[in-house]
Amino acid sequence: MKITLKVWRQKSKDAKGEFKTYQHDHVSSDMSFLEMMDVLNTQLIKKGEEPIHFDHDCREGICGMCSMYINGQPHGPLQTTTCQLHMRTFKDGETITVEPWRAQAFPVIKDLVVDRSAFDRIQQAGGYVSVNTGGVPDANVIPIPKKIADEAFDAAACIGCGACVAACKNASAMLFVSAKVSQFALLPQGHAERKERVEKMVEQMDSEGFGSCTNTRACEAECPKAISVANIARMNREYFSAMVSSYEVKVGGGE
Amino acid sequence: MKWLIDLFSSTLGRKVLMALTGLFLILFLAVHLAGNLQLLKHDGGRAFNVYAEFMSTNPLIQVISKGNFFFILLHAGVSLGLTIRNRNARGGVGYAVISGKSSIWSSRNMGILGTVILVFIVIHLKDFWAQMHWGGIETVMYDGKEYRDLSKLVAYWFHVGWYVALYCFCMIAIGFHLWHGFISAFQTLGLNHPKYNPLIHFVGKAFAIVVPALFAWIPLAMYFNI
Amino acid sequence: MKLESKSPEGPLAEKWTKHKFNLKLVNPANKRKYEIIVVGTGLAGASAAASLGELGYNVKAFCFQDSPRRAHSIAAQGGINAAKNYQNDGDSIYRLFYDTIKGGDYRAREANVHRLAEVSVNIIDQCVAQGVPFAREYGGLLANRSFGGAQVSRTFYARGQTGQQLLLGAYSALNRQIANGKVKMYNRTEMLDVVVVDGKARGIVTRDLITGKIEAHSAHAVLLCTGGYGNVFYLSTNAKGSNVTAAWRAHKKGALFANPCFTQIHPTCIPVSGDHQSKLTLMSESLRNDGRVWVPKVAVKGLKAKDARSIAEADRDYFLERKYPSFGNLVPRDVASRNGKMMCDEGRGVGATGLAVFLDFADAIKRDGRDVISAKYGNLFDMYKQITGDDPYEMPMMIFPAVHYTMGGLWVDYNLMTSVPGLYALGEANFSDHGANRLGASALMQGLADGYFVIPYTIGDYLAGIGWNDKVSTDHPVFKETIEAVNSRVQKLLSIKGKKTVDEFHRELGLTLWEYCGMSRNDAGLRIAKKKIQELRTEFWQNVDVVGSANELNMELEKAGRVADFLELGELMVDDALDRKESCGCHFREESQTTDGEALRIDNDYAYSSAWEYKGENQPEELHKEELKFENVKLTQRSYK
Repeated sequence: MKITLKVWRQKSKDAKGEFKTYQHDHVSSDMSFLEMMDVLNTQLIKKGEEPIHFDHDCREGICGMCSMYINGQPHGPLQTTTCQLHMRTFKDGETITVEPWRAQAFPVIKDLVVDRSAFDRIQQAGGYVSVNTGGVPDANVIPIPKKIADEAFDAAACIGCGACVAACKNASAMLFVSAKVSQFALLPQGHAERKERVEKMVEQMDSEGFGSCTNTRACEAECPKAISVANIARMNREYFSAMVSSYEVKVGGGE
Repeated sequence: MKWLIDLFSSTLGRKVLMALTGLFLILFLAVHLAGNLQLLKHDGGRAFNVYAEFMSTNPLIQVISKGNFFFILLHAGVSLGLTIRNRNARGGVGYAVISGKSSIWSSRNMGILGTVILVFIVIHLKDFWAQMHWGGIETVMYDGKEYRDLSKLVAYWFHVGWYVALYCFCMIAIGFHLWHGFISAFQTLGLNHPKYNPLIHFVGKAFAIVVPALFAWIPLAMYFNI
Repeated sequence: MKLESKSPEGPLAEKWTKHKFNLKLVNPANKRKYEIIVVGTGLAGASAAASLGELGYNVKAFCFQDSPRRAHSIAAQGGINAAKNYQNDGDSIYRLFYDTIKGGDYRAREANVHRLAEVSVNIIDQCVAQGVPFAREYGGLLANRSFGGAQVSRTFYARGQTGQQLLLGAYSALNRQIANGKVKMYNRTEMLDVVVVDGKARGIVTRDLITGKIEAHSAHAVLLCTGGYGNVFYLSTNAKGSNVTAAWRAHKKGALFANPCFTQIHPTCIPVSGDHQSKLTLMSESLRNDGRVWVPKVAVKGLKAKDARSIAEADRDYFLERKYPSFGNLVPRDVASRNGKMMCDEGRGVGATGLAVFLDFADAIKRDGRDVISAKYGNLFDMYKQITGDDPYEMPMMIFPAVHYTMGGLWVDYNLMTSVPGLYALGEANFSDHGANRLGASALMQGLADGYFVIPYTIGDYLAGIGWNDKVSTDHPVFKETIEAVNSRVQKLLSIKGKKTVDEFHRELGLTLWEYCGMSRNDAGLRIAKKKIQELRTEFWQNVDVVGSANELNMELEKAGRVADFLELGELMVDDALDRKESCGCHFREESQTTDGEALRIDNDYAYSSAWEYKGENQPEELHKEELKFENVKLTQRSYK
């Protein structure tokens, strides 16, 4: 296969970026998208040019590190991660535009690499159950109905890649945040801190500069793990009921 | 009361305002339509005029009507604020390519649709509501009581071709706005449950088609004398 | 150097309890005066950092990824073992201990393995309390399955994403301590050296991967939780970033490296599709429950999966069923892997590369129906189709073995301390619990055992011993020297400006090891490999091309540093394999086999862990042997005939 790639190149966070066009004549349809980029990078290095930087790690669709906006869709045309996208999805001779995730809260670090530490900070605001190591009850003490456990799992399957933010026209992080809130709202282990958790996490989400949800459902359609927007509705419920019934909490991390 | 301020300054709280005002305006649309449908009666506009008189004089309706204006402005104002925030959330550089495959057109264009509707509301108010209240509107007598003859004014405008076209165009905009807005309001309020979703979706979509279609039918029927 | 395992005396089941009591404690009020560095945030690192933060220590945690949640523990699929005996099928701590030590082919310390089995039950409790969504029965209690040939159902799982869910649990505990201010997290920061002053680990030197800044961090103790070195083979199921650098730097500063040649090869991976291949993807072992493994009896060049039906039943060789009638396709990983590779070496491999065997579900679909097979393996079939473009419902899958896990690692004593005081190794980075072969669903167990339930106790003993005021500041000359050394190495890599890319060197190294030091090896081959690796290393330092500069995000530079370390480790792996002239666990030494070609372990000569000591640049390493004493189990040879 031969393809033409239009790739966003940006030297550093503060540098001005631009698209560069590369002709790629050695593409096999069996390559993953990232392997195609590897081969291109080898060619660039051989020419003495800097390779295109992009995030990647596990290359099996679970670590959530890869993050390319391909032809107008996060992770490209299939509902999967970029590392699991293969070149047979594209046509010979096609022009493919590759951009980084675009969001105020995800500044570009270099080329296609963005800073997603905002997600970590949201989790630090309350995405946990406050138990210390040791001194916990036996695992079978609390029975959890299978349906509830399964639904919690569906929410917990989020890999934190940020495709939801990238897909959303408002760069909203609602799907990501609601997945964590849902997991702990569903499971009894999370109930003790249920109200504080959602208040703190929403506050942190807003302060990171993500947009608001306008229910376009693009996040759900693009999420490689098919996290449902039902989680967003659940977070809305959790948030309103918390706000009208909880004690006022100090926002920020901590116990 | 800091919590209340926190609630309504958060993006989720502001979305709730959007949803609640939106649902109120949906109710308003239904009531408004019920009134308008009386124009289709071949009674010289009497039923419609009586209804209009009631709507513009009943004290309770007057309160609701003030609320209605307030909710329209709130709906528009909050959405403007959120839209600005959402624009900024994308960051300085936007995407060069957007496929648009993952969401429907109306969901992505609620702002544009809303603006069209807002402009329409202004025109609509100027031509009818303002005339009714402060304009030199003609009157008619039914059973010895004087009524303002709004139906005649409506009949006048609904025989102006470009006005009918504009009206219908705006109803299409409202239809698209509702197509997303109705269901979206429930989602925002957290009312998403597999048991009730089919009903919400059915009613939402039916409402988005039937209500604007009936609204548009009235000028069309009058224009073409059906 | 004398190896002291510090295994406690006394009856096996009481060793850990007794040891815990004998360990010195740190006064609670003094804990905040100690600083601990944790490198790596996988299961071992995140759980250790969180637990130590909860105890009150000040922790600095480091990961090279953009978030601690990305560590490669996340990719573990199958499950985690625990001797809960929830299924009432006769499981016990002793049975888990026995299975693990036997599974490791009697090359692990009894005391360590028993402790692992003991704390396994606490791990499940801990994870459930954190909100890890394990699979459950309809009654609401936890579900178990039998995994990796175990005779009892002791594996807890969360669909095929157990590693992910456990890691996110540990990550959430870590986040809580970050929010508390007890853990300071350094993302996108790579450890490039350990600082040893007067024989004790005193800190590390790191590179900020975004700015390139080289920095020193001092602490009372350093924990390396940096995972395994499977990527030395270039192609493995590890993440692209997984590397040996932290462990290797520690090794060069005095920490012994144990059993480097013990690497586990997983039989059911998706084969290589071409030179562009960047990593291998594991398919769950459970596929062998219903799939039949075969190759054509007579070699057919380039046989494609879609043409497999053209080979008549009589012309197929179901080689596992033929050679191991009682276990058939369910022989252990190493046996399945070795036989698969053997078929390919005979030229009977299939696919365009000839490096694959078929795993055929046609009979199972005929027997059980497509729906049953789809319910069991649907997601795996979909994944396979997505990657290869072939539909396993219509044609056989193609599989080939791939490097999956490394049992070897830094030598540690019972307290998880390396031979450098104050320097610890946890999880896959150490060598301690799996012997020569790791059982399925045991890696997650070990990572979390070390982090949650071992290190919080054992580190106190060391810290109480040295006292909180025994700390070296980063102004110490040794810190300055180490920073200087790291800097000059970075500059050296950038200044070579040769002709070959880092990946080209890495790939060559990987091929050499795979060929000569993989699942099957012999003396002559290992000697060839040793020479090749030495030559490749020399060439690397003369001819590698690293573009870009030091003061920016430069992924080529990151890779170059890691590959440079792999090139040194590779030779040690070969040395270790040369020394161990027995077939054992995961590897087959061709000189040591039974008359019918099966692995032959030699307990009289090789019942030891090899611990290698670095002796300086281009000097042969010195082997120290830790004799393994088995007081509780009887050593037996495996047989699957």
